[in-house]
Amino acid sequence: MTLTRLGTDQAAAGAVALDSGASGNPESRDSAAKATPDGNAKTTGRDWMDTTRRDFLTTAASAAGAAMTGDHEHLHSHDHEHQAVPSDFALRVKSLESLLVEKGLVDRAALDVLVDAYEHKIGPRNGARVVARAWTDAAYKHRLMTSADAAIAELGYGGMQGEHMVVVENTAKVHNLVVCTLCSCYPWPVLGLPPVWYKSAPYRSRAVIDPRGVLREFGLEIPEDVEVRVWDSTAEVRYLVLPERPRGTEKMSQEELAALITRDAMVGVAKVALPQEGTRA
Amino acid sequence: MNGVHDMGGMHDMGPIEYEKDEPVFHAAWEARLFALRRAMGAWRKWNIDATRYQVELVPPAAYLELSYYARQLVAFLEMLPKSGLVSKAEIENATPVPKQPKATPALTAEKAAQLVARGVPTSREVPVTARFEVGQQVRARNMHPAGHTRLPRYARGKRGTIDRDHGVFVFPDTNAHFLGEKPQHVYSVRFSARELWGEQAASHDSVYLDLWDDYLEPA
Repeated sequence: MTLTRLGTDQAAAGAVALDSGASGNPESRDSAAKATPDGNAKTTGRDWMDTTRRDFLTTAASAAGAAMTGDHEHLHSHDHEHQAVPSDFALRVKSLESLLVEKGLVDRAALDVLVDAYEHKIGPRNGARVVARAWTDAAYKHRLMTSADAAIAELGYGGMQGEHMVVVENTAKVHNLVVCTLCSCYPWPVLGLPPVWYKSAPYRSRAVIDPRGVLREFGLEIPEDVEVRVWDSTAEVRYLVLPERPRGTEKMSQEELAALITRDAMVGVAKVALPQEGTRA
Repeated sequence: MNGVHDMGGMHDMGPIEYEKDEPVFHAAWEARLFALRRAMGAWRKWNIDATRYQVELVPPAAYLELSYYARQLVAFLEMLPKSGLVSKAEIENATPVPKQPKATPALTAEKAAQLVARGVPTSREVPVTARFEVGQQVRARNMHPAGHTRLPRYARGKRGTIDRDHGVFVFPDTNAHFLGEKPQHVYSVRFSARELWGEQAASHDSVYLDLWDDYLEPA
């Protein structure tokens, strides 16, 4: 394993100190911590830019706004000067939730349903069951490859950020890898919410220009004669990789197979390994 | 917009930081924010493309330094007052303006469960003629709109082949700016890695991008 692993403490600290995503190195953690203002909840937070930079951005934003027409022009006249970064995310979100609930705009019970769904119900176990079924049922696999939405719905999965699904198959000659270079598009109904590394600049920037290097970083060496296909899912279609079924699993049940299938294998940054070969998250 | 969010092909962003047994959320506020954005989205004062554009407008230095959910929070705080549902002053003071009628939440627990299960499809069942067919050679247009677009910079001006037609979808470039859905075909377009990156790329590797009709021209 050559990947840096963030410890839980570090990640938790990062949530407060601005950097749980793009910058996990000690240097930027320090600079982020130094930049955190006095913690006063009422402050609009620190300004990110000096005046010159702000002016430039305001001008640029106005130009972008001017290029647009229509009834909602107010939405385009962005004023970066007031685009403040809150000093304390936890406090800010808490007070925002209270405000929106108090105004009757938000129902706390609805928030609880959403959080519970993605924290406890929807995750890579769903995708693993889809893959295990496809490995053991040729007719299902055919439906999955030709009409993924319907085939995935057969197992009871579907919905938000998986409204339009496509499944791509890894073989001895083809290796598929999924990314979203523009943001974080990911097939939620089958894999849950994406991990931090998937949404991070290092992965998003390099997966398209150097997929073999990225895969090597994940410990996966793709032979030269194997074709690498990168799916940059920047539209509304979401991709699931159907990994290769490892040899030696012929006698396993669907449930046993599903237990072997990892999130990473269904994104395309890992292969499915037998238990004795060591497993990855 | 040619923003820092459009990072496909950039160098020097550092190693991929892999967290073993990563939790779904790293802090409770991330989970609440995640849910608040969907609950407020149910008022239909904006759409998914508008929210993506709002995140792209997070100033570039901040965009790179902030975590994913921190960026979302900054964008959400910008988006809320524009909706007219809540004012900037109310957000700053964390207190509603007095004597206003209380609203009825747009998203109930029951509707939240439906939202999770059904999602918000962006395909449209309208008859729109496809300008291209599977197997056809195309070129991604060399265009640089200052507003929202889902045509990554690295593909602009490059030649590819239509691999499949996904059907008709809402067009983000207009939808993000509330200029209409302009539904049109989206195609999976295969670009050879060498067309995109030159001789350094493996000869048989490729990148597939889902591109709207308006992003393409015949090659």
